[in-house]
Amino acid sequence: MANDAFKLMITVRKAPHGSIYVQEAIEVMFIMASFDMDLSIVFLDDGVYALKQGQNTKELGIKGFSASLAALADWDVKNVYVDGDSLTQRNITPEQLVSVGEDEETGQPLHPRVLTTDELRVLMHQQDSILSS
Amino acid sequence: MQVKNASILNLVAGNGNILRNQSGVVMKITILLLESPYNHQSADSAYHFIQAAIRKGHEITGVFLYNDGVINATALMDPPQDDRHIASRWSELGARGIDIVACIAAGKRRGIIDSVLVPNVRISGLGQLASMIRKSDRLVTFGD
Repeated sequence: MANDAFKLMITVRKAPHGSIYVQEAIEVMFIMASFDMDLSIVFLDDGVYALKQGQNTKELGIKGFSASLAALADWDVKNVYVDGDSLTQRNITPEQLVSVGEDEETGQPLHPRVLTTDELRVLMHQQDSILSS
Repeated sequence: MQVKNASILNLVAGNGNILRNQSGVVMKITILLLESPYNHQSADSAYHFIQAAIRKGHEITGVFLYNDGVINATALMDPPQDDRHIASRWSELGARGIDIVACIAAGKRRGIIDSVLVPNVRISGLGQLASMIRKSDRLVTFGD
């Protein structure tokens, strides 16, 4: 990807399942990934709950998005970040998070990268645009 | 404030005069509206923001309706006569040359299809949002 590619960040800030925001934010990720953009995904605030392992929406009668999350890397969405403070505040450890696909070369699962709020701030400043949902 | 592209205004004030921002900086702005009308203030806030931005001489690249925001585009709404008609607002902005787009995927979930649209609003894909954002200096999101 060229260095001058348009830098777009998509943030996920709301808890999953109780509303459609996370589901439709993931649909935005897949579409934006099909354009020539430098895409970053950030889960923060209650949005970090979307990444917690072991979710099952069957009893809710909702399709859910765990399969979509696990396929992000297949769609070349590799810059997936999570706010460490949001995890700490909710008593979630990085080990409890799902993978967002596999590393193409090693086959190892790719996990969201935990960033400090300061690192997140720097990343946000580098963006051309931030799509919040 | 840095503006990436010098822009030509495509909107004029009611008296026909092109308005200039006091600071001389003209922004191209994309509006993203995520909430349904009436239930939340977002649709009203977005509308008033657009009016103010135009008065200040800025350019609205487009309005993209996503999530429940697509419901703003239905011609089936019929609010009490002494209340604002939110779909008509979008239709009027569309008539003034602003591109108002409802997301096709979000619309299909919610029954917002071509046959129920108010005039001057169109249905298209998220690619339109990508295109609007790339053409704009700012993306302003109205959500809950």
